[in-house]
Amino acid sequence: MAAAEKKSPPAVPVLSTAATADQQIAMLERMCEIRGFEDEVQRMFAQGLVRGTTHLYQGQEAVAVGVCSALRIEDTMTCTYRGHGAVLAKGTPLDRAFGEILGKAGGLCKGKGGSMHLTDVTVGALGSFAIVGAHLPISVGAALSAQIRETDELAVTFFGDGATNIGAFHEAMNLAAIWRLPVLFVCENNLYGEYSPLATTTPVSELTVRAASYAMPSERVDGNEVLAVHAVTSAAAERARSGGGPTFIEAMTYRIVGHSRSDPAKYRPDGELDDWLKRDPIERFVQYLREAGVASVDALEDVRTRAHTSVAEAAERAKGWPEPTIDTRFEDVYT
Amino acid sequence: MTELTYRQAINMALVDELDSDPSVFILGEDIAAAGGVFKVTEGLLERFGPSRVRDTPISEQAIVGAALGAAVTGLRPVAEIMFADFAGVCFDQIANQLPKYRYMTGGQVTVPVTLRLANGASGGFGAQHSQAVENWFLGVPGLKICVPGTPADAYGLLRSSIQDDNPVLFFEHKGLYQLMGEVDRSLTVPLGKADVIRVGSDATIVANQAMRKIVTAAADELARRGIEVEIIDPRSLAPFDFTTVAASIEKTNYLVVVEESSGQASWGTTLVTRIATDHFELLDGPPTLIASDDVPVPYSEPLENAWLPSEQEIIETVERLANS
Repeated sequence: MAAAEKKSPPAVPVLSTAATADQQIAMLERMCEIRGFEDEVQRMFAQGLVRGTTHLYQGQEAVAVGVCSALRIEDTMTCTYRGHGAVLAKGTPLDRAFGEILGKAGGLCKGKGGSMHLTDVTVGALGSFAIVGAHLPISVGAALSAQIRETDELAVTFFGDGATNIGAFHEAMNLAAIWRLPVLFVCENNLYGEYSPLATTTPVSELTVRAASYAMPSERVDGNEVLAVHAVTSAAAERARSGGGPTFIEAMTYRIVGHSRSDPAKYRPDGELDDWLKRDPIERFVQYLREAGVASVDALEDVRTRAHTSVAEAAERAKGWPEPTIDTRFEDVYT
Repeated sequence: MTELTYRQAINMALVDELDSDPSVFILGEDIAAAGGVFKVTEGLLERFGPSRVRDTPISEQAIVGAALGAAVTGLRPVAEIMFADFAGVCFDQIANQLPKYRYMTGGQVTVPVTLRLANGASGGFGAQHSQAVENWFLGVPGLKICVPGTPADAYGLLRSSIQDDNPVLFFEHKGLYQLMGEVDRSLTVPLGKADVIRVGSDATIVANQAMRKIVTAAADELARRGIEVEIIDPRSLAPFDFTTVAASIEKTNYLVVVEESSGQASWGTTLVTRIATDHFELLDGPPTLIASDDVPVPYSEPLENAWLPSEQEIIETVERLANS
């Protein structure tokens, strides 16, 4: 079962049209920006402009955009070190995200975080965390805070399939469930935990099974269908805001690139990547928007061009920003 | 002024913070309905209700992580780690998340989390419920660390810890819960300020928590032998009040540090190093650390007592230095 799933992606659900036409175009534009952003980060890395490592998101854009487009700006979101897409989807500006990855003073985190820690609290992007699973309890705390403060804010946390094997995941799920906290657990199942196929590390092929042991509602969704992700998230968000507690969402998706910049992803079986490229979330969404009559071919091409231009201009701006002054390393340890 | 136990003083600090700041809430294992395994949080659930006084599952990562998430979204949580040794199961949250979050985000968040941890030996709890673990966290910039040794310091430092916008590890010594002392509810104690608890001119001893009692007894005996010891309780380990210690050594010219812990990578070792490096000219003899043995805390009473620094060892060390 697990092996078969690895070969062939899940069946295509009927696309939801819950989002308005304008929203759908905005979603496509953000997905194109994220793709362009990650392609540009890859180039910057090759040019020696990026330190350390990067974990890129090409291929998974529909998950971040589908989820975040169903949220409000005051809803909080945490994500992993593969978090550029989620932070951009929550609404952070392209140039400040580039600036952070380039280590610039004008970066989101003043050059102290880097690729793995993009954060923009002003848009509810509460943090990107580089210890697998560690941010799940933190989002549970954000949801607890919303509950104690008697607001209807949500907390959303993105994580990979690999994180479902770490203790913090289970502690967070359990606590969220017993306190009925307004938190959405979004598992991006891209079939690999770092270099290892899911079946070699995990005895269940459908991770929603794990939610069942916490009596938590769950949904498995095609993570390459942005409107399907949006619809599932909207329903879960509504339940959480009205006191119905947490939801576990398993979004089936695929990263087109390796785990990190040093990974050529040779562990993938022949043909797997090609199968998934045929289901590229951007191409599918463009096709849908055209066929559904939401936008013309020309209008859709304009969206891509606009995204491309935004990314290129943001990258150039950020490259021109100054490095942090060295004394700033002493700042922000304590208040 | 009220006469309180160390336990009651901590309880009162929690009451006063919960009373004065609606953003304060507390969470931990068995802290609400049961009032805490050490009865420190007794009565709080009845007084403040289940939203602000919360029993959790046995899930230390979730406890600390949830406190962190609540703190960066506007609340001021106080979380209890029942025995400080259990910090091992949430080490990532304490060492990687609490102290680095603000820094990594360029100051976008404040992290007003207080963790209360019951620390220390002498109760016969065995190796996994007895270690004074504050040294695990000394090498982690971004944390503040308190080690109160009296009811007044426990009260005043806990209130300051909760009011602080940074993550604070507040270590309560299990052997002190019954200790009585005067507490003035109008006084808080600033973090990072040592207390000179005995004035003397012949040698400086730095000690905290359960070691205060043993050092004080040693000082009484040394006084009978004509050696007047100055005793300093640092009260906070991060930030550490090196200034007060250096000022004392300027007068006494000798430093002895007494620490309930292995001396490996410890606050005592750091203090000795720092004084030797920065104030060598003040010293008339080697700055000396008296620490516990380099073994886990043993269970049996004679073994555990032997593991702790002894009054005799302190007397002999100070006498040897002062007469050198």
